[in-house]
Amino acid sequence: MHESAAPPPVRPLGPPKIQVRDLRLSFGSKEVLHGVSFDVDRNDIFAIIGPAQSGKSSLLKCLNRTIELVPGARQSGEVVIDGVEVSQIPSVYTLRRRVGMVAPLPVGLPLSIFDNVAFAPRAAGFHDKQELAALVERCLRQAALWDEVKDRLHTLGTKLSGGQQQRLTIARALSHEPEVLCLDEFSIAIDPVTTMRIEDVLKELKQHMTIVLVTNLVQQARRLAGRTMFLWNGEIIEEGATDVVFSEQPQSRKTYDYVNGIFG
Amino acid sequence: MATTFAETPLIRSKHRQEAIVRVVLGLMAVAMVVPLLAILGYLFVEAWPLLSWDFLTKNPTGGMRQGGVWSALLGTIYLVTTSLVIAAPVGVLAAVYLNEYAKQGWLTRIINLAVVNLAGVPSIVHALFGLGAFVLFAGMGRSILAASLTLAIMTLPVIIASTKESLASVPLSFREACWNVGATRWQTIRGIVLPNSISGILTGVILQVSRTAGETAPIMFTGAVFFKRIEEGDPFAYSLSDQCMALSMHLFTITTQVTEAPKALPYATAVVLLGTVLLVNALAIGLRVKLRARKKW
Repeated sequence: MHESAAPPPVRPLGPPKIQVRDLRLSFGSKEVLHGVSFDVDRNDIFAIIGPAQSGKSSLLKCLNRTIELVPGARQSGEVVIDGVEVSQIPSVYTLRRRVGMVAPLPVGLPLSIFDNVAFAPRAAGFHDKQELAALVERCLRQAALWDEVKDRLHTLGTKLSGGQQQRLTIARALSHEPEVLCLDEFSIAIDPVTTMRIEDVLKELKQHMTIVLVTNLVQQARRLAGRTMFLWNGEIIEEGATDVVFSEQPQSRKTYDYVNGIFG
Repeated sequence: MATTFAETPLIRSKHRQEAIVRVVLGLMAVAMVVPLLAILGYLFVEAWPLLSWDFLTKNPTGGMRQGGVWSALLGTIYLVTTSLVIAAPVGVLAAVYLNEYAKQGWLTRIINLAVVNLAGVPSIVHALFGLGAFVLFAGMGRSILAASLTLAIMTLPVIIASTKESLASVPLSFREACWNVGATRWQTIRGIVLPNSISGILTGVILQVSRTAGETAPIMFTGAVFFKRIEEGDPFAYSLSDQCMALSMHLFTITTQVTEAPKALPYATAVVLLGTVLLVNALAIGLRVKLRARKKW
């Protein structure tokens, strides 16, 4: 709704990677998303900012349909990826491989570092030892973790430090070669230096994929995102080019107040 | 400015309180060891004259007044093993369904309610059910099979409850991480959930051995007999369609039905029953320690 009013920034050619139309989501009788619509461009980092309880994480779960695993969740509206409505995709497992997801707290599965990354390929029936080894190395390199763990790939992933586990989680999300990578407040449990390293990783990754970044750190959105959406209480307050959202004159006064720390 | 760490009356009273609570709680903990040691000590002293290898390996003779407990010991082993072979897979798989697959709805609620209520049914009622359903209706007659099925139904709800608890102890975040990379529920269960809950599941199952071995009522109607002579030293002396003796029932009969039995006989039988159970429990603890060491978070 705000898009038409915004000064049209230069947007990449081609249809958007993700189109969300009038998405409503409720848990029981409580509606948490009140009909949100937005587009995510190809090879962009799309940031979603907003205070806690504004529906950011639930929104991400709608993208890979893990929302269906949450008891009592009911959804209406459309989520379209590459022109296909996600609920029409016959295999939800294929969808989830195309849409990678990184949770707020790092989750090292109780497996070796190698098996953590090889879990998804194996679940998809991919068993060639050499190819797996190459894939694991590539993902760990992409996640900027390889140098730290290359000599102990067969030790437990759960024994890594928090920042390392978060990069392991990212490597795992990359292991099924997603086209869209969703990150849900990935920096919540890690130190600023590691956060910056991962941010560099993300800038690199967006060459190959579309990234949706939910973050509580508004400056992180400013550093990384091409477009930013401000979600508040399940409604979009503003969506537009990051420069505009973070400028002195965003469309909404609320946006200005939020990104400048006046509330939220 | 000098910060003082001087003891105020309030701090002194806190220390005193802490000391009292510690002693009282400690005494309670120690108190529960006393009955166990008393039971063991008393049994062993009373049973001592009869305890020998022969007591384990010889059939009872002389109207139950002499000989050993071989046929009862083997019968108990048969009953416990068969009932667990039936109850463990059903119980564990049912628990996996209830914990990992079932959506919260009226059906799940009814199943959970049934499990809880089944666990609350007294064993004598199970015995009557087993008599009606397995012995008479299914035509199994009084047999090890009928008795084991009765015992299996008794143990099922407990196995389901303990298995569910073990499964629930695996953090949800592990499952979500697997689902997020496109793994199916079953791949998640097989790859992550079961390997990390198996120690608890097995312990829960094995601990049921002690309960099953001690039950008398359910087997009395369905397959256990007062006396049966079997081949000594042959571990396959019973078949599933046979009736059998059992330690728990043997203990009951020699105390109440047999006159002029040697005084040590019931005690010795009890020692064998308790020894069997403790042996299995020790096995469970050992297994748990071994599997716990592999726990990965």
